[in-house]
Amino acid sequence: MYGATFGEDESQVRETVVDTDGQARFDRLIADDSRIEPRDWMPDAYRQTVIRQIAQHAHSEIIGMQPEGNFITRAPSLRRKTILLAKVQDEAGHGQYLYSAMETLGMSRDEAMDLLHQGRHKYSSVFNYPAVTWADMGAVGWLVDGAAIVNQVALCRTSYGPYARAMIRICKEESFHQRQGYEALHVLSRGTEEQRRMCQDAINRWWWPALMMFGPPDTQSSHTAQSMQWKIKRHTNDELRQKFIDMSVSQVEVLGMTFPDPDLAWNAERGHYDYGQIDWDEMYRVVKGDGPCNTKRIEHRNQAHNEGRWVREASNANAAKQAARALGEAAA
Amino acid sequence: MNDSIVPITAPQPTTRADGWRLFEVFVRPRRGLSHSHVGSIHAPDAHMALKNARDLYTRRQEGVSIWVAAASDITASSPDERDSFFEPAGDKVYRHPTFYDVPEGVQM
Amino acid sequence: MTASPIATDTTKADRFEYVIRLADDALILSHRVAEWASWAPQLEEDMALANIGLDLLGQARLLLTYAGEIEGEGNTEDDLAFLREEQEFRSIWLVEEPSLHEYNKLIAQLFYFSAYYVPLLERLASSVDRTLAEIAVKSLKEARYHLEHAAGWVVRLGDGTEESRAKMQQAVDHLWPLTGDAFDVDPVVERLAATGVVPHPGTVRPVWDRTVDAVLAEATLTKPERAQRVGSGRQGLHSEHLGFVLAEMQYIHRLHPDAQW
Repeated sequence: MYGATFGEDESQVRETVVDTDGQARFDRLIADDSRIEPRDWMPDAYRQTVIRQIAQHAHSEIIGMQPEGNFITRAPSLRRKTILLAKVQDEAGHGQYLYSAMETLGMSRDEAMDLLHQGRHKYSSVFNYPAVTWADMGAVGWLVDGAAIVNQVALCRTSYGPYARAMIRICKEESFHQRQGYEALHVLSRGTEEQRRMCQDAINRWWWPALMMFGPPDTQSSHTAQSMQWKIKRHTNDELRQKFIDMSVSQVEVLGMTFPDPDLAWNAERGHYDYGQIDWDEMYRVVKGDGPCNTKRIEHRNQAHNEGRWVREASNANAAKQAARALGEAAA
Repeated sequence: MNDSIVPITAPQPTTRADGWRLFEVFVRPRRGLSHSHVGSIHAPDAHMALKNARDLYTRRQEGVSIWVAAASDITASSPDERDSFFEPAGDKVYRHPTFYDVPEGVQM
Repeated sequence: MTASPIATDTTKADRFEYVIRLADDALILSHRVAEWASWAPQLEEDMALANIGLDLLGQARLLLTYAGEIEGEGNTEDDLAFLREEQEFRSIWLVEEPSLHEYNKLIAQLFYFSAYYVPLLERLASSVDRTLAEIAVKSLKEARYHLEHAAGWVVRLGDGTEESRAKMQQAVDHLWPLTGDAFDVDPVVERLAATGVVPHPGTVRPVWDRTVDAVLAEATLTKPERAQRVGSGRQGLHSEHLGFVLAEMQYIHRLHPDAQW
């Protein structure tokens, strides 16, 4: 998930040298619901957890550019083409905001990219599913961005300052993403028989993966407790998942479509929708690397990065030459 | 981390031939307001940094002026120095407008 | 946007022809740029290229819409983009050339095109056709940015490493023969230039030459000496690449005739 953790292995965290004044200040800031800023002392485990979470959130944005980027050249109208290109551009931007926040904690973007390319950093597993029809663009915008928004709004109050500020910026831009996806499906749902069929088919394929974006159930999520204590995480996985389901049901009804869950039903006692059992085996399988598109997504990233190396090197070489010339001129 | 003069961002400067330098970005959102820090950008040189910053931070018309500064050029105060660096201002309350009682009816 | 008065049938046919040429250049080039989404050498370049792609697409849409108005048969921007076949397109071969995975080619393509498009738009801004002039003014701001971006990269890559110089020279040489088409003078252009609707290519060409000379020199690259073969895109005979571009671009739209999106 954007910003969720999947039982990550934190055992490689180093022992912190505890600065008792720093720890006291840190604890007070957390208790006060204030923000931890880059120059504050923080436990090493906190630093590593936040680095990993922001990095994986950033990776998710740039990997997410792939399934949607695939449809820009095939969009069925010029208006849709424009919207999709603008959306993908925003995702590149969100990746940049997040890498920027991560870098304030001591990991460079290059290092994080290496970890992604090596498969040691994860990204939102929802993008390991293939986007195969135009309706998928609508479903991804509505459901995947919709689920991301639920998580991201919660993260606007995360304890690490730069991360919270990046989230506020991202949330402003994200609502356009969800609306355009829903609008695209709305048009399909009122269109030809072929379009209606395409719409329902895409919803059928993206609903469960969207629910899995919120991570494992609270009972299986061993790291939630610590993240909640540090106020990195402000709500549990199940709380956010339930919120998303509740808001989506009325939206799918307006489309005249259904979610592929026969157990989805309003529970008056709870005040929420009951829903069917999520296939956690599948979720873990896909997270661990056996999803339909895992290999493709990483190979694509690796290829883009490798093919661009000569360009990045050249621009640095040119910058160095320019700097040398400027010095030479100054001396003259 | 007891150095009192350290860069605002902690990462090691890149030694890779293909890594781009980090620049901090400051945007003036509207005439009349001052520049404030909005984040960072990567670029091979300052000129490109400015263009990249424009694309990233102002494509929805969120700014009228952009400054970029190489992250390595920024000097920051350290939290360790916080008390002595900032505290003296705390007891000079006469700098704050609320310290003064202004007679009713006077416009200030 | 108000339609300009249409004097004669010849003028109408000529104006449609000319506007569709500009539209197709912008549309096909935006396609080439959009292919780069998620493939750029750096995240910042993904952002910059998306901007350029969006600009060109926006220009294409304005021009296609105007062409449809001139034609007067009720064709929308989408009808013209998605339902014409290869021989009805009027793009030059330069914008049809594939460049994905070869950044040097993309940059050379953007540079050569923008170096022509900027002086063209500068002159089109004073066209007696008010709509065309307005579109030109709006597009000019964007085109200047594209030229600055592309020229900057030609210099960075030409005067970077030995490897980048070789690659940039190769791209500059490879695309050179395709740079003549834009300045082709045919009866349509001559008629429209004579009535002040469009600039004569003869006024644009010297500016292009100067820009190219200056940037290649600064980039420490040599100017190619091959012929600048005048192609036939303006007459509807295209490179083999256009067919593949249209197959990809038009497929979904054509699969669902008369559907709304």
